[in-house]
Amino acid sequence: MEKWNLVVDVAQCNNCANCTLASLDEHVGNDFPGYAAAQSKDAKPLIDIRRNVRGTDEHMDISYMPTMCNHCDRPRCAEGADGAVVKRADGIVLIDPYKAKGRRDLVGKCPHGAIQWNEEQQLPQIWIFDAHLLDAGWQEPRCQQACPTGAFRALKVSDEHMQALVREEKLEVSRADLGTAPRVYYKNLQRMNRRFIAGSVVTMNGGTQDCLPGCTVTLLLNGAQVARTLTDWFGDFKIDGLPDQSLSYTLVLEHAEHASVQMTVQTDTGGTSIDIVALIPAAIQAAA
Amino acid sequence: ADGTTRFTTNTNGGPLFVFVKDGRIVRTTPIDLDADDAPSWTLRARGRSFTPRRQATVSAHALSLKSLVYSERRLLYPMKRVDFDVNGERNIANRGISDYVRISWDEALDIVSAEIKRMKRQYGPGAMAIYQSSHHSWGNVGYYLSAMLRFGNLLGFTRVHPNPDSWEGWYWGAMHHFGNSLRVGSPGPYGIAEDCLKHAELLVYWSSDPEKTSGAYAGSEGTERRLWTRDLGIPTVHIDPVFNATAQLLGGKWIAPRPATDPALAQAIMYVWVQEDLYDKEYVRTRTTGFDEWRDYLLGTEDGIAKTPEWQEPETGVPAATVRALARLWGTRKTHLMPGGAGLGGAGRNATGGQWARCMIMMMAMQGWGKPGSNLGGMQIGTPLDFSFYFPGYADGGISGELNWTASALYNYTRMPHVLTANPVKQMIPRQRFPEAIVNGHCEGHLWDGMTLEAQFAPYSYPMAGYSKVHMLYRYGGSSFGTIARSGRFVEAYRHPSLEFVVNQSIWFEGEAKFADVILPACTSLERWDIGEWAGAGGYAHDSQAQLNHRMLVMQHKCIEPLGESKSDYQIFLDILSRMGLGAVFSEGCSDFDWCKRVFDSSDLPKKISWKKFLEKGYYVVPPPESEALHAPTYFRWYAEGRKKDAPEPSPLPSQYAEEFGMGLQTQSGKIEFVPESLKRNCPDSEERPPLNRYIPSWEGLQTKELVARFPLQMVSSHSRYSFHTHHDGKDGFLNAVAEHRVRVNGYPYWVINLNPEDARRRGISQHDLVRIYNDRGAVICVADLLPAVRPGVIKGYESSAEVEFIQTSKGMVDRGGCLNLLTSDRRMMKGTEAMATSCLVEVERWDEAGFAAA
Ligand SMILES: Nc1nc2c(c(=O)[nH]1)N[C@H]1C(S)=C(S)[C@@H](COP(=O)(O)OP(=O)(O)OC[C@H]3O[C@@H](n4cnc5c(=O)[nH]c(N)nc54)[C@H](O)[C@@H]3O)O[C@H]1N2
Ligand SMILES: Nc1nc2c(c(=O)[nH]1)N[C@H]1C(S)=C(S)[C@@H](COP(=O)(O)OP(=O)(O)OC[C@H]3O[C@@H](n4cnc5c(=O)[nH]c(N)nc54)[C@H](O)[C@@H]3O)O[C@H]1N2
Ligand code: SF4
Ligand code: SF4
Ligand SMILES: [Ca+2]
Ligand SMILES: [Ca+2]
Ligand SMILES: [Mo+4]
Repeated sequence: MEKWNLVVDVAQCNNCANCTLASLDEHVGNDFPGYAAAQSKDAKPLIDIRRNVRGTDEHMDISYMPTMCNHCDRPRCAEGADGAVVKRADGIVLIDPYKAKGRRDLVGKCPHGAIQWNEEQQLPQIWIFDAHLLDAGWQEPRCQQACPTGAFRALKVSDEHMQALVREEKLEVSRADLGTAPRVYYKNLQRMNRRFIAGSVVTMNGGTQDCLPGCTVTLLLNGAQVARTLTDWFGDFKIDGLPDQSLSYTLVLEHAEHASVQMTVQTDTGGTSIDIVALIPAAIQAAA
Repeated sequence: ADGTTRFTTNTNGGPLFVFVKDGRIVRTTPIDLDADDAPSWTLRARGRSFTPRRQATVSAHALSLKSLVYSERRLLYPMKRVDFDVNGERNIANRGISDYVRISWDEALDIVSAEIKRMKRQYGPGAMAIYQSSHHSWGNVGYYLSAMLRFGNLLGFTRVHPNPDSWEGWYWGAMHHFGNSLRVGSPGPYGIAEDCLKHAELLVYWSSDPEKTSGAYAGSEGTERRLWTRDLGIPTVHIDPVFNATAQLLGGKWIAPRPATDPALAQAIMYVWVQEDLYDKEYVRTRTTGFDEWRDYLLGTEDGIAKTPEWQEPETGVPAATVRALARLWGTRKTHLMPGGAGLGGAGRNATGGQWARCMIMMMAMQGWGKPGSNLGGMQIGTPLDFSFYFPGYADGGISGELNWTASALYNYTRMPHVLTANPVKQMIPRQRFPEAIVNGHCEGHLWDGMTLEAQFAPYSYPMAGYSKVHMLYRYGGSSFGTIARSGRFVEAYRHPSLEFVVNQSIWFEGEAKFADVILPACTSLERWDIGEWAGAGGYAHDSQAQLNHRMLVMQHKCIEPLGESKSDYQIFLDILSRMGLGAVFSEGCSDFDWCKRVFDSSDLPKKISWKKFLEKGYYVVPPPESEALHAPTYFRWYAEGRKKDAPEPSPLPSQYAEEFGMGLQTQSGKIEFVPESLKRNCPDSEERPPLNRYIPSWEGLQTKELVARFPLQMVSSHSRYSFHTHHDGKDGFLNAVAEHRVRVNGYPYWVINLNPEDARRRGISQHDLVRIYNDRGAVICVADLLPAVRPGVIKGYESSAEVEFIQTSKGMVDRGGCLNLLTSDRRMMKGTEAMATSCLVEVERWDEAGFAAA
């Protein structure tokens, strides 16, 4: 049985908002009986782009994660919904716009926060995967059609096929811990849920400073090496993909012509930058 | 399948399919190319092949179009200010205050045409000014440079002359070093993307955010190409006080100078190149003049100050070590420089904008501009399209019949013979000085005229001898509060007794529309016929389609009937002129649909597709050249190689070559001039625009100490990401739902200002608090977005709010619409120019509503 899944690549998203707007364009003022009632003009978008800022200085990065109903295989929203929430055989979850009338309680049932309350219609609403269009022959939902970077891939495949893809491309779901078994998968989610350590290394060159490229940066946790990298032309390094928790690392900076430096770095936030490190040239060190 | 009919349209953010059912727009989508459309090009570089996906990508503002068509703010019938009596008391002082009443089209048109006649009768030529904004809804027939200009010429009008706001630093500065006046001092597009993909080893985005601006009009076409460079791992640098959208997507090194200090940074880079022999000496010797003088300035021989990386550090805030590393990297690698793409950039619209743009050209000259991999523009422009296929751009005059103020004479007029028109009124008012012209009764301006390097030096005055002063304003659109420097000046101008009549022709009840006596409701482009090429600007942006992956000519269907009593601009003009006996001269018997057919017939389209088929399908994709050998040659390669010019652009004019036709540039020497002859001749002693491009700190920067003491924050006011200037902003449109565009607080959608969390904490401001941003010029309420994307001391807001809503408080007027240009300075960037300079000093505090309650 082939079912719908959506893969979203966080590293491709430039926050252009086309997916959000396409979803508003599709649903504001348009009734699709059996699928969804019209969204109101001031509706909160059903595709919501989450912003994640890591770090506070030049090493910072900002990433965007389009979020929407996950079309979960264990949809918490369906529990006690008295048939107002429909899980289709093709994986898509719909909130029946007729049966769900007045069911404000459904909004709170979704642990992902994916349900919006439509005050005008007295209806809970989700992003419906554009099921009305797929059923009419569209090959992709509107967000994908409108996305200029190819961040979305809607796939109608067997669950086995999908799981193989998950392994192959290291896909993750949002909040796996909630146990709802989402059908929306993310690629490169580490930009949302991992931490980094970054810094810049300079060398003393007479009275002036110069960026130091090619400096070996080693990161250790409890004495074991976690990562090793080199500084670039600007003497910069960035070690990404660290666990999303506050840990105390040891950072070692080594360069053939300089005295090494070692320090402790704590990852209290998404992005931690160390102050600019000035390595002393070995020749000067020796002379001193 | 669902009962909808598929139409096509074109916007400032790309073409769209428009699906209509029962006379209502159901949806709008980007256009996916189909198998019948021409093939896509392929570029081969670094052992790989690159082909763009077969879609016409669009910008956010395009996808918000439906909401704008059905906006509650649409003007649906003609209106008159309640206390305006054309035959009695006009209550001019109540403009912007009083309400409006509905009137009939007959009454509205009678008033307007009678006032136009009265102006001529009572005051003589020039008494009516026509004032439009820069960016119209897309289409060659309806564009202001088309129908509106034809209308104006048939009546005679005082021109409200725009400054080259997009290109200020380039037009008033950079142009003098290398020419290209017909491109307003910016470089051309040919072959750039291909050169970048094949050869570039370093990409420098300087004041450049193409993920936001899309160059201009180009949807997200450059995004895919930029991602190719990311995948190839080409090192990338972003120089911008803001960690902008392009830096966010592509990564790389972010260098954040303080706003408007960039020339110091640029000079320090050039200093390192000189010191360490990292420049192209042969190129400098054979292709440039004046380098010795420039080198001496850099080294400090001339003024005793060496322009070292350490010298610039306290000014720009960029560590000297970073500058040296950048200079070395740049000096040893083939580099594509993207100053605002190529020839734009907010840095060119600041107090030091002229200096900055001049530095960009000098840097290119030092790095062998035109040699493989050394060019301007990166991946945003210069795709391998077929530029020989003719279709007029919007600046090519459309149906105007105007040969002097459009590029019509180039091809359009001969391709589509139509009745010529001309404006006999030579009087002009510079757009930035309009308020002074009305309030003081006089002002001075400097010409924007792309024909020469010299036209800009001749000042012109208002009033012009022989003509009447302005007593009537025909305002077309209403963006001034959002987009003109220190725009609060317009309030007084609108209420000045000498301005006896103001008519506003607009689609929405926004901005300045509320300052008119009579309002004429125009319909959107989806409610009338038009035709146009996507991103085909023509004129000063000749072959600007070179930003696209596919050239697309689009039939802009009349998708639905005009809402309410609104009418096409064309019909409104025709109705007015008909009351003056000029209907037939204006229309030549044609409806807007007939004009579309004439434009179609004038182009190369009929050779490829029938009118019927074009109407049916809605668009045509121009096939790219069949082989690489047929690609347009890379821009400036001819110059680097000392050959005759081979770029397919119509400039310089034959007379503008120094010696032999086709050899060299438009400058006096025919070479890139480090110390331009045109400046030496025309402003040798200028302190603000000296021929030698010395560093002059901003007149409203951190060195203006007493101002800084009161207004310590530098505000960057760049272009809005999600709207196209004022167009598509506000008006209850979909963009109100985009959290980085507007945020609702107590139901009202406020404009967003980006503040560093540290600055916010010191002021007790939390995320999404309302804040008052102010200086001596005004005050605006915005919502604060706390984001380290700007350094402490810098705040970023966008210009171009469409909404203006002045509230009277106990401490003066405050705008809650979000018009940050109420705070910018109207001082000219440099004396002797008409350039706007938009970064300014401000202070921010939490909006204390109670403390400001009206007494
Ligand atoms: N602080 C600051 N200020 C700036 C800039 C900056 O960087 N910083 N940038 C400058 C630049 S580069 C530019 S280009 C200007 C742009 O400034 P403007 O040209 O003033 O702004 P637009 O929003 O393009 O104005 C378009 C107007 O035309 C109207 N309009 C559109 N289509 C139609 C139509 O079909 N019929 C009618 N009747 N009206 C129509 C719209 O409603 C709107 O009022 O802003 C400049 N101002
Ligand atoms: N979405 C959208 N696209 C547009 C437009 C729009 O309104 N909206 N307008 C179109 C038009 S008319 C034009 S002219 C172009 C304009 O295109 P640009 O001129 O390139 O756009 P800006 O946003 O003004 O400036 C680009 C970048 O310069 C940075 N900047 C500002 N001041 C400085 C400075 O002092 N130094 C440095 N290094 N950087 C600085 C800003 O932070 C911004 O990221 O865009 C076009 N495209
Ligand atoms: S359309 Fe694509 S790139 Fe744009 S915001 Fe959505 S996911 Fe991101
Ligand atoms: S995301 Fe929420 S609303 Fe959607 S299926 Fe899962 S539980 Fe239900
Ligand atoms: Ca597609
Ligand atoms: Ca760094
Ligand atoms: Mo512009």
